[in-house]
Amino acid sequence: MHVIVCGKVIPDSSVILEIDPSTKRMRRKDLPHELDPAAASAVETALRLVEQHGGSVTFLTMGIPDATVGIRRALAMGATAAIHLLDDAFAGSDTLGTAKALAAAIRRETYDLVICATESSDSYSGIVPVQIAQLLGLPPLTFANQVSVEGNAVTVHRQSETGYSVVTAELPALVSTTSGICEPRYPQLKGIMAARKIEIRAYTAADLDLGPDQVGEAAARERVLAVGPPPTRSAGRVIEDQGDGGAQIADYLMSLGVI
Amino acid sequence: MPDLIWVYAEVVEGAITPTTLELLTKASEVGTAEAILLGSAPADAVETLGAHGAQKVYRSDDALFDDFLTLPAVETVAGLIESHQPAAVLFASSYAGRDLAAGLCARFDCGAITDVGDFQLRDGTVEATIPALGGSYLSTTTLVNQGPKLLLVRPKSFEPNRTGGTATVEQVAAPSSDSVRRVRILDRVTVPVEGPQLEGARNIVAGGRGLKSAEAFHMLHELADLIGGAVGATRAVVDAAWVPYSMQIGQTGKTVKPNVYIACGISGAIQHLAGMKTSKAIIAVNTDPEAPIFKIADLGVVGDVFQILPQLIAEIKKRKGLA
Repeated sequence: MHVIVCGKVIPDSSVILEIDPSTKRMRRKDLPHELDPAAASAVETALRLVEQHGGSVTFLTMGIPDATVGIRRALAMGATAAIHLLDDAFAGSDTLGTAKALAAAIRRETYDLVICATESSDSYSGIVPVQIAQLLGLPPLTFANQVSVEGNAVTVHRQSETGYSVVTAELPALVSTTSGICEPRYPQLKGIMAARKIEIRAYTAADLDLGPDQVGEAAARERVLAVGPPPTRSAGRVIEDQGDGGAQIADYLMSLGVI
Repeated sequence: MPDLIWVYAEVVEGAITPTTLELLTKASEVGTAEAILLGSAPADAVETLGAHGAQKVYRSDDALFDDFLTLPAVETVAGLIESHQPAAVLFASSYAGRDLAAGLCARFDCGAITDVGDFQLRDGTVEATIPALGGSYLSTTTLVNQGPKLLLVRPKSFEPNRTGGTATVEQVAAPSSDSVRRVRILDRVTVPVEGPQLEGARNIVAGGRGLKSAEAFHMLHELADLIGGAVGATRAVVDAAWVPYSMQIGQTGKTVKPNVYIACGISGAIQHLAGMKTSKAIIAVNTDPEAPIFKIADLGVVGDVFQILPQLIAEIKKRKGLA
């Protein structure tokens, strides 16, 4: 079976994320990037499925040139092909614009299963996977923390408020995975070397027949009007523990009427 | 004429969810509120929705909505939107809410604002405020599409208010097409949670990586029991499988707003802060004086959680006359 994994490459976790006041968008340029941990878990899920059932994994992402480092990581883990939607025309896309671009790329591939990370660690809207499924006419199995394929059916444990639901659909289908679904493998040297030889296919918006009415800032329905600082909490008291830290907290809890 | 605002009502564990009632209260304050209720629901569901501001409830109790995921609801809500054209539709930022809103976006080629903390609606124009990048910023966002304005709202953004109105009921037909019967729900499994639930807990004791192991959570449970609270955790700790996902607080976990939040060995990544920073009082214990959690703490103690918590537990027992 062939699995396409959609995931994001994001500024690495050491970066303090900022919004550029001129574009009102997150600053991404010239920052160290990494494969989103949620995307790495989605890649791992796909790799385990093809190790069990045979097949291959293609990693698909939309992003700036800095995203290459994360694509190489997915390849080093074991993905055998990669597609990079790379074009200034994609910048400023909202969730549906992003979904349209990814769906247009997926449509050009042959696949049995699409796996998306449910939500990226930097913007976590969590709605792109079902948008992609709807655009492609695929059944969406979302918030999966366990995925199995048997014959022509995919079955997942879908997270719920009280536990999980077992849901199933016929392939082809789209599954979105939670970040904690599995621990991504650490790439081995052999994989890293092999990954260097794989050519990353880059597509522009024009390659996918997507115009400014479909993707990019002009097509975005969600418009950010203003970005400001959040309401601040009044500064509290920070003390160094002098051996009575626990008692100080107890005093404070008493003042609040908790004890 | 006041704007028509719809709320997609959800049922969890046999009850209308608190977020549904929060959304209805808000909707009834800014416009004419109506609710959509699909699938099995408690006997008093319509009454509860009416009492919280719904003037009408679109209702189907067809088992289709219990047996098949997302697609039947997308089809049904899409049909209702086409015939009644509400100015806005509100969903909780829940599993069902996000899936349904996403499906409707693609269906109507419209936008959706996610993670909404508050909003205004005037003559069909919406302005929503959103805590961006885990609450480091507050952004104001609008939707410029024609057609429905879809908003996914964070839990606990509004106070629910039982004003005591009554709702009329309009029965809606379940879709008959096979295309909505493609994701079948085979089973629902309840994973029991130890101790009180995080949602609705008056006080919360939460642990992070600074606790070093799953065993240290015993200390947190003891403290939580003493102050009548529940125990939560950061994503790092859940990912390390020390505690189950149901205990995760933060952007990808639960949003909580207790009276007192005691953060133990939590550095305060923005994703975690997003789920707890509106707590009424925040107490933090961490070894690193530079930890971001101290910037939002009302009382921060820089020190070793393995010294401070046992002392705190002993002090509370002493003061309660338990020791």
